Amino acid sequence: MPIHDQGYRRYGGGKSPRGQSWLVIARSGIRTMLQKRAFLGLLLVSWFPFFVRAVQIYAAANVPQAAFLAPTAETFRQFLDQQEIFAFFITVYVGAGLIANDRRANALQIYLSKPLTRAEYIFGKLAILMTFLLFVTWIPAIVLLIVQIAFAGNFTFFTNNLYLFPAITVFAFIQVILVSSAMLALSSLSNSSRYVGILYTAVLFFTQAIYGVIYAVTRSSMLAWVSFSANLSQIGDVIFRLPHKYDTPWPISFVVIAATIAVAAFVLDRRVRGVEVVA
Amino acid sequence: MAEPVVTLDGVTVLYGKNAALRDVTTAFASGAVGLLGPNGAGKSTMIKSLLGFVVPDRGTMRVLGLDVAKSPLEIRARVGYMPESDAHIPGMNAVSFVAYCGELAGLPRVDAMQRAHEVLFYVGLGEARYRNVETYSTGMKQRIKLAQALVHDPDLLFLDEPTNGMDPKGRDEMLDLVRDLGHNKGVNLILSSHLLPDVEYTCDQVVVIDKGTVATSGEINALKQPRGRVYELRVKTSDDAEAFLERLRVAGLDCHATDEDVMRVFVPGDGGAQQLFALAAEAHVQVRHLRPSVPTLEDVFAHAVGEE
Repeated sequence: MPIHDQGYRRYGGGKSPRGQSWLVIARSGIRTMLQKRAFLGLLLVSWFPFFVRAVQIYAAANVPQAAFLAPTAETFRQFLDQQEIFAFFITVYVGAGLIANDRRANALQIYLSKPLTRAEYIFGKLAILMTFLLFVTWIPAIVLLIVQIAFAGNFTFFTNNLYLFPAITVFAFIQVILVSSAMLALSSLSNSSRYVGILYTAVLFFTQAIYGVIYAVTRSSMLAWVSFSANLSQIGDVIFRLPHKYDTPWPISFVVIAATIAVAAFVLDRRVRGVEVVA
Repeated sequence: MAEPVVTLDGVTVLYGKNAALRDVTTAFASGAVGLLGPNGAGKSTMIKSLLGFVVPDRGTMRVLGLDVAKSPLEIRARVGYMPESDAHIPGMNAVSFVAYCGELAGLPRVDAMQRAHEVLFYVGLGEARYRNVETYSTGMKQRIKLAQALVHDPDLLFLDEPTNGMDPKGRDEMLDLVRDLGHNKGVNLILSSHLLPDVEYTCDQVVVIDKGTVATSGEINALKQPRGRVYELRVKTSDDAEAFLERLRVAGLDCHATDEDVMRVFVPGDGGAQQLFALAAEAHVQVRHLRPSVPTLEDVFAHAVGEE
């Protein structure tokens, strides 16, 4: 008879309250991504425009000859536009495999045999991508606003543009939610993250190309709502109180964005299941 | 009799026009219960329905006293599921994977990690626990699936074909683990398999399912006790042995030829060997060998699903 049985033992400890599984998924996903050197490099590079803007703000505040560089509300809008390219790479790098890899490894039935809902699973996956996207859009833009206050040594710019903080926040979140939900829905459609990445890129460029063709024929930007990025740009202009780039009424762009998110939610609801039933 | 851990009442599951389960009403007792049936019988569908993956078209199901339709999360917190197909979470080593599953099941992080190490040693993957799961062999993948199902210490385990793709040694070890869990560790388990020896070795009870319906169920030992006796019989006859077989059948005996001159004969009631000798004498057939035969689960299964 063994002195001490090292075999299977019953668990006598406590369990966490339900509803926190999304946090476990998000934490694990973020940790996994941060272990990849190439991805860390991408994150660092994506903050390069922030440092350029910070130098610009410093110079404008401290060097009289560089006063023409003084930031305006549009500076922040332009900054968020510049970050779009990094947001694109991060979306493809992080998002393409979020569900596709789980589908390839049959992990969905593992996840959904645990006490978590499909919504928690989706939200956990969404949180991974949203965290990194906010890290390269919302966070640097807000920090830039703080840097402006710090370098200027007063709150004049901030109080004159009180709407900037909510504008940055609302626009960044609309952008991040739209991009994340669209990518997650595409990721649920395939078992190959490579294919999903290509699909996302194709959707982005294809809708822009269609708009380009329409514009070339009609010389009107009324139909800019067909383009994924034009809708985002149109809503951005509205939020930042800037002249609109396209003739498409902004409510239409807003409806297209909302519809895209709704379609993504529908696709995710259909595709994220513990078992695939082919009737 | 103890309260059943799983009950199904009139459960029907349709995939389009095909019925995977047809009006199934049965109960799984506590302890180790085998869910036995040929491929496509509806075993996996039943388990997936009990987990809430598939919503039945009709009927109600209870697991550990909880209604599957109303309390799926409470049920999943108390059960472990080892799926039939390869399943893992990509990009993780074994200990991270099992600890992650523990956290998903509600264990605090530190406890999940500690349990992951313990469970991996228990299933025999202690030395390979820092290897990426994707580099594992088929047998190791089966073991890690068992580990992730066990990490949160479930009250009930669903094991779907746990020995699939394993070599004989690995298969024996896996069956020993399952048997140990069911008999020594106090874990209730439902073992779905089409392999009779696996069920017979690990389980005390069985539910036999065929074409979406329950063919028979009960304690394996009780099912193996026929209402009558089975004999292994060898005869010598000048005529065709088939004529003698026909005579036995006419007398109400159930007989199958297993070899040229060897047959298995089921004698209902208390007549036993005397009835066989009498019939042989009438047919002028010499009885060369007569031995009481112990029925196997295979006999029960074949009888239940109507095979010869």
